[in-house]
Amino acid sequence: MKQSGLHINQDKVTPEIAAELLELCPFNGFDYAGGVLSFNASCRVCRICERRGPAGVVSFHEAEDDTGGIRKEDWKGVAVFAELEGGVLSPVVPELIGKARELAKVIDHPVIILLVGCPEFAMEDLEQEILSYGADVVYSYSHPELKEFRVLPYAAVFENFIQTTTPSSVLVGATNLGRSLAPRVAARFTTGLTADCTQLEMKDNTDLIQIRPAFGGNIMARIITPKHRPQFCTVRYKVFSPPSPTKPFGRVQSMEVKPEWLEDNTKVLEILEKEQELDISEAELIVACGRGIRSPQDLELVQQLAKTLGGQTACTRPLVESGWMDARHQIGLSGRTVKPKLILTLGISGAVQFAAGMGGSETIIAINSDPKAPIFNIADYGIVGDLYEILPILLEQIKARKTKEQGEVLQ
Amino acid sequence: MEILVCIKQVPATTEVEVDPVTGVLKREGSATKVNPYDLFALEEAFQLKEKYGGQVTVLSMGPDPAKAVLLEALYMGADKGCLLSDRNFAGADVVATSYTLASGIRKLGEFDLIICGKQTTDGDTAQVGPETAEFLGIPHASYVEELYRQDDTTLEVTVNMGNYRIRQRMSMPCLVTIEQDVNTPRLPSFRRRSIVGPKDIVTYSLKDFDDQDLNNYGLKGSPTQVEKIFPPEHKQERVMITGTSQQVAEELEQLLSGYKFI
Repeated sequence: MKQSGLHINQDKVTPEIAAELLELCPFNGFDYAGGVLSFNASCRVCRICERRGPAGVVSFHEAEDDTGGIRKEDWKGVAVFAELEGGVLSPVVPELIGKARELAKVIDHPVIILLVGCPEFAMEDLEQEILSYGADVVYSYSHPELKEFRVLPYAAVFENFIQTTTPSSVLVGATNLGRSLAPRVAARFTTGLTADCTQLEMKDNTDLIQIRPAFGGNIMARIITPKHRPQFCTVRYKVFSPPSPTKPFGRVQSMEVKPEWLEDNTKVLEILEKEQELDISEAELIVACGRGIRSPQDLELVQQLAKTLGGQTACTRPLVESGWMDARHQIGLSGRTVKPKLILTLGISGAVQFAAGMGGSETIIAINSDPKAPIFNIADYGIVGDLYEILPILLEQIKARKTKEQGEVLQ
Repeated sequence: MEILVCIKQVPATTEVEVDPVTGVLKREGSATKVNPYDLFALEEAFQLKEKYGGQVTVLSMGPDPAKAVLLEALYMGADKGCLLSDRNFAGADVVATSYTLASGIRKLGEFDLIICGKQTTDGDTAQVGPETAEFLGIPHASYVEELYRQDDTTLEVTVNMGNYRIRQRMSMPCLVTIEQDVNTPRLPSFRRRSIVGPKDIVTYSLKDFDDQDLNNYGLKGSPTQVEKIFPPEHKQERVMITGTSQQVAEELEQLLSGYKFI
């Protein structure tokens, strides 16, 4: 059987063609030695060489055995993992249920929920709350030893849930818990898992279209899991909107927890509360800065503006990597996702990882000196200019306006 | 204590762009570096080795040039390196990558602890660590901030759960992914260049693995498929504010005031 993937027609390879393809590939995925052109382990099968390279040199073959051995019609339902935090529903869960409803509607599947908790929690209230977001069935697993997150017992429960319900798609919040649990379960079923999806769509054949930034660059990838079920994905908080509560119409199914699932040689010693941390994901206004800031001292200007406007400061990854700002202020794929009413970006070019963390903002105002910066493609208002000139004038004006207003109030 | 650290070679810059006209990826040079998050994993391993003895082995998957990151790790303090390289590994997604790493780890021998960075800067998934643990059949903990060896078979870890932390005991062998900024990674040492070098790196390809089934590696072993890649969507109606700094500052003030933030 011919292996699926990219194939090179060596008869057509000349040194010139090899050089052209080596140049074309963004991942250095070709080797050319002794007159033979070959792929190396850097190839990501992005198929640019097939589509953009010289005709007839590189071709893509689908595997002949195309079914992959699964019957898609056997897998039914869009499932959501209802993560709890201290006995309360994690805020990402309603957003996921709302999206699951939309996806399920396309293929007429039910929305099914996995709830893992313990008798100490208000399980009945939680089940009702979940039903009010429009779930069809809540599969509820409750056991005292499931109070705290332990990855192997939770994975065993998840495994049982999938075996029982055979869902077509599974949505998990991209929280620290979800990002630890989802890969564990996806690997157990040797199926695909796409992290941090920013868009989800459903095909009529139940394939879930998962869109996310990819390859560490300014590129979006449309990813599918065509031959495996269930199709796992994680989604961050604030990427989708929560549904408005509805009159519950679904039902609750209580599930048994087997003692052998709980044996994992792990013991939770204590839960440590974190000091109330600043959470930029809840801010209504954010002033974010990037590499356009020249020195750490200049951050004062940014902080002053944020303070004046009653917002919070945030930044891009390079500023965290250089130690200028704390990682908790970072927006983007390796930082937080934010959805403020207004975000003002200062000297931020707008790499796709950053954009993925703030694209949901209601209004985006961008200041950047480079008119070609990609941030202007997503901004509602773009200002090409020098923030070092604009900011001091702006602060001065705001100050003048406030003084004037105060004066008027006093009069 | 036998420790294995998984590291990855990533592009030094993330400034990859798609040409909006031709749809071709534009690449700014091909410089590479060690995934920055892996440096914290390496440092954690070196500190454990200094306390408890044993060896640190570094593992990577990629083409031959990826040996550069293994060498760098050797110069920092690792004892041995291993590169998993085979054209059949090309196009691997998270599942195929994790399966290949797990196969390589089995081939290398037994380890008490496997340490990974929390994620890579090019994939940004944070999924390869947990999936590798699943394929090896050992427990894992992600986002570990603190780590103590209690005895030969027990580890105590503090896990960052976002809004809270869990302190837990877990049995070894196990896998942990290390949270960023929990230590200060050391620099490669010139002195070590006379002790360790390319001779300390082995390369394994598919033929070295127990499982020779091509269906489990590379593109063929990848459940996810990239249907297409495209530049991010552009907003249609955007307003460009132009003029002198004085003029744009005035307009900006009007705008902010319109949104009731002034």
